[in-house]
Amino acid sequence: MRFEDEPLIPGENLPLREGHSSPGRLERVLRAGAFAVTAEIAPPDSADPEEVYKRATLFDGVVDAINATDGSGANCHMSSVGMCSLLTRRGYAMVMQVSARDRNRIAIQGDVLGAAAMGVSSILCLTGDSVGVGDHPEAKPVFDLDCMSMLNMVRCMRDERQFLSGRELTSPPQVFLGAAANPFGPPLDYRPLRLAKKIEAGAQFVQTQYCFDIEVFKNYMQVARDMGLHEKAYILAGVGPLASAKSAEWIRSNVPGVHIPDHIIARLQGAEKQKEEGVNICVDMIRELKDIEGVSGIHIMAYRQEARVAEIVERSDALAGRKLWEPGIARDADPATS
Amino acid sequence: MYRMRSWSVRNARWLKSLYSGVESTLWMLRPVIKKIGYERLDKPMLMVEKATKGFLLDSQNCGQCIAGFTGLSCPMNCPKTMRNGPCGGVRADGKCEVLPEMDCVWVQAWEGNKRFKETEFPIQFLQPALDNRKIGTSAWLREIRNREV
Repeated sequence: MRFEDEPLIPGENLPLREGHSSPGRLERVLRAGAFAVTAEIAPPDSADPEEVYKRATLFDGVVDAINATDGSGANCHMSSVGMCSLLTRRGYAMVMQVSARDRNRIAIQGDVLGAAAMGVSSILCLTGDSVGVGDHPEAKPVFDLDCMSMLNMVRCMRDERQFLSGRELTSPPQVFLGAAANPFGPPLDYRPLRLAKKIEAGAQFVQTQYCFDIEVFKNYMQVARDMGLHEKAYILAGVGPLASAKSAEWIRSNVPGVHIPDHIIARLQGAEKQKEEGVNICVDMIRELKDIEGVSGIHIMAYRQEARVAEIVERSDALAGRKLWEPGIARDADPATS
Repeated sequence: MYRMRSWSVRNARWLKSLYSGVESTLWMLRPVIKKIGYERLDKPMLMVEKATKGFLLDSQNCGQCIAGFTGLSCPMNCPKTMRNGPCGGVRADGKCEVLPEMDCVWVQAWEGNKRFKETEFPIQFLQPALDNRKIGTSAWLREIRNREV
């Protein structure tokens, strides 16, 4: 979405509005009531900034914000701080993911300040996968904080203008705070309460785990609505294309927290072109999710299929004709749209 | 001990009453405790905690016990030492993401919570990050001391 107060200098954030927590695009879009689209960018195993820019280009004009993962699956890649620093320079709205697995409270608070100074406006607090599932299983797991104490800590940095130690900040990080949610993991009846607790700890938006079981998700949203949670935080449902029945089976047994029901795998198996069917399933899922009351947007995790994100967004009509910001577009480029 | 730990969660309701009883007793004994001195009592009290909480709850003696909030399931047995609820990695059968042979500490905590008398779930109370300096000290004495202030 483009706003009437778009910055004149490319790469600058939007002006901070009264009552908003951040000068970021994601918060603006959600508060404007639009159905938001975010996507996960794959960080390279490289020190070359061009690779980062190239990967981000795939999302130009189709997403409102980009999530930079922080060693997802406990695998080592370029850091989320690094990714965000590069991409905010070009004006991309970034959601910086921070995992509690690798850094203690001293490092995380430092990163929050550094990232905010580099123009990061949204931060997603995660506990993180265990080191055992990644490429460095011999590493020391830190887990000094959990996602909940991290949310609370960053909120206090922003609102109370202080470190966890109580030491004062001269300028607080203006960030929109996010959390992850897994509506599909046991104990299922506790999951909505967990969401409530995250919101209480400071979460303003939530991105969920991959949504393949729509029935479980509908039940979860029903309880969340009954608790009024959809009015306290923006809920973005996680989606993504599966590459094949075989890879779906692999994900289901090896990636922590991903729940894929049998009928989805059967649908992939029955298809002639499984990869295409994976995209079809994703598009169908978005169409269904859009109609669920309380769902404020979708979060696309198209692992190794990032090039298909534009097509998924277009075919599902997730943007409903909304024109998005793109790099290089300044205030006066297209004044008609906002 | 894993089996004992599971038993305690199943019996969370009356065990919590017992637990509160111990705290009340210590609270009443605080003139004596103060006379002897908190520092001098820390080690012996820790031994008592290890023998009781260690046996019943498989407590890891973090020194800032929150078992009363977690359905008597010691959160320090979680490989991610999460103190505010289950992570998103819990397996479909309720087992731990990291240790597949173990029930998720927080699945157990939720079961224990549902057995408590309270209508509000204490599991929802936001727990601060762990103070690493207090690991391996007496949580009960700290509780009494904190209540005094």
